[in-house]
Amino acid sequence: MKKISRRSFLAAAAVSAAALALTACGGSASTASSAAASSVAASSEAASTSTAAELTTVEAGKLTMATNATFPPYEMTTDAGTIEGIDVDTAQAIAEKLGLELQIDDMDFDAALLSVQQGKADIAMAGITVTDERMAVMSFSDSYATGIQSVIVPEGSDIASVDDLAGKKIGTQRGTTGYLYCSDDFGEDAVVAYDNGLTAVQALNNGQVDAVVIDNEPAKAYVESNPGLKILDTSYAEEDYAIGMNKSNTALLEAVNAALEELKADGTLQAIVDKYIKAE
Amino acid sequence: MAAQYELLSQLLKSGGRLDMGQELFYKFYQAFVLKDRWLQYIGGVGTTLLVTAIALAMGVLLGSVVALVRVAHDQQRPGRRNPVLGVFNAVCQVYTTVIRGTPMMVQLLIMSMVIFNNSRNFTMVGALALGINSGAYVSEIIRGGLMAVDPGQMEAGRSLGLNYITTMVVIIIPQAIRAVLPALGNEFIMLLKDTSLITVIGGKELLYAAQGIMNRTYEAMFPLFGVALIYLVLVMIFTWLLAKFERRLAQSDR
Repeated sequence: MKKISRRSFLAAAAVSAAALALTACGGSASTASSAAASSVAASSEAASTSTAAELTTVEAGKLTMATNATFPPYEMTTDAGTIEGIDVDTAQAIAEKLGLELQIDDMDFDAALLSVQQGKADIAMAGITVTDERMAVMSFSDSYATGIQSVIVPEGSDIASVDDLAGKKIGTQRGTTGYLYCSDDFGEDAVVAYDNGLTAVQALNNGQVDAVVIDNEPAKAYVESNPGLKILDTSYAEEDYAIGMNKSNTALLEAVNAALEELKADGTLQAIVDKYIKAE
Repeated sequence: MAAQYELLSQLLKSGGRLDMGQELFYKFYQAFVLKDRWLQYIGGVGTTLLVTAIALAMGVLLGSVVALVRVAHDQQRPGRRNPVLGVFNAVCQVYTTVIRGTPMMVQLLIMSMVIFNNSRNFTMVGALALGINSGAYVSEIIRGGLMAVDPGQMEAGRSLGLNYITTMVVIIIPQAIRAVLPALGNEFIMLLKDTSLITVIGGKELLYAAQGIMNRTYEAMFPLFGVALIYLVLVMIFTWLLAKFERRLAQSDR
């Protein structure tokens, strides 16, 4: 027993030593990059609150947005290979207010969440729900939309409510709140995490999972393009979407909040939402 | 340790900052100890080993059959070719061409999304895909080993009155095994690491466990270094075992 515990201690020590070495490298690299990244003055013509503020961004003159473009109508790829959606248009409007050029980086959802912490992107916008755990590692803007976690099932399924999910295989998208809630409530074994929502729905079509838990708006889009699927009337959870940013960049947080405020006030945000979500 | 973690998380919640040592400890605890998360890694190692074992067994079996068919076909005397063997040989060649000519990831997705699209046993589908993939590479390794045995050995066996199959089994194959072991070991190591790919089809192996923990802690370093270290240790153990096995086989040389 003693021997084993000493060994596991050694293993732990080895891990932390390796980690230390890496953090050291990471540290020096990040100072270099932050020195290189010059601060950008917000354009003065946009009037508004952020005029005088100097914003530091990952790439000078650009507002880099990390997203996961498999989340219609918030972000999706077009046939031309570009990315569009509510989040994209909103980010574009915010970037214009701040006098920056919008640059979009498409990646997996879990990578998008980490990107602002790691300083790879200025803002993360991917229909990101505000949770306490996420608040601990990044800062969030004011909420710009609300979402609902919906349950998609095949027509004729015996799942009629969220409670019926017990004992079933549930498909989710890796890193989403749908994944976190389901694995908390039904256990890790009952949940399968896929790289994106589309793959999860594909697995549902194949019968490899019994249900998919994902945000309401993309769920609608998936069901529309996949006959034979339906959304349960009862929803899993209600939540707020916000823009994730690095904790240390408070100037950007304030500027983004101010811009959001203006967009809400002048109706731009509503116009963007209406463009993508048709009222029923 | 738990008390220390509680203390630090209280400190963080109240807006305090951790020094580097505290932060490392906090993240380490979060990634491995909190909520018995190390059990998830252990479970992942189990799946990884199981998938490797199944894929290896399949790969060696498939590879040996394919290699024997192809060698038997190539070693026929010119002008007296067996048409049945010719058909088998063609099938084997198509198999190696297709499998070696397409990416592992694509094969895995095809197996999961198209061929076995109603199977819920993602781990077994993954093992099957890896096994079929491995078979193509193993067949070439074994074929190389069989061909590397001096043709004089076959001629000697045959002139002693042994038939083709007996000569193969008692003279050629035992010598070939020794020759292919290092390359086969290499393939085995590749296979062990490639099991991480089954994450994309929902196979719950080591990397899947690490990603699940990453998604809860929003901290990538410890889970990823952790699994990298586990893979490394596994590979080192198997390399050591293989070396031991090779030495054992070499004993008969002297």
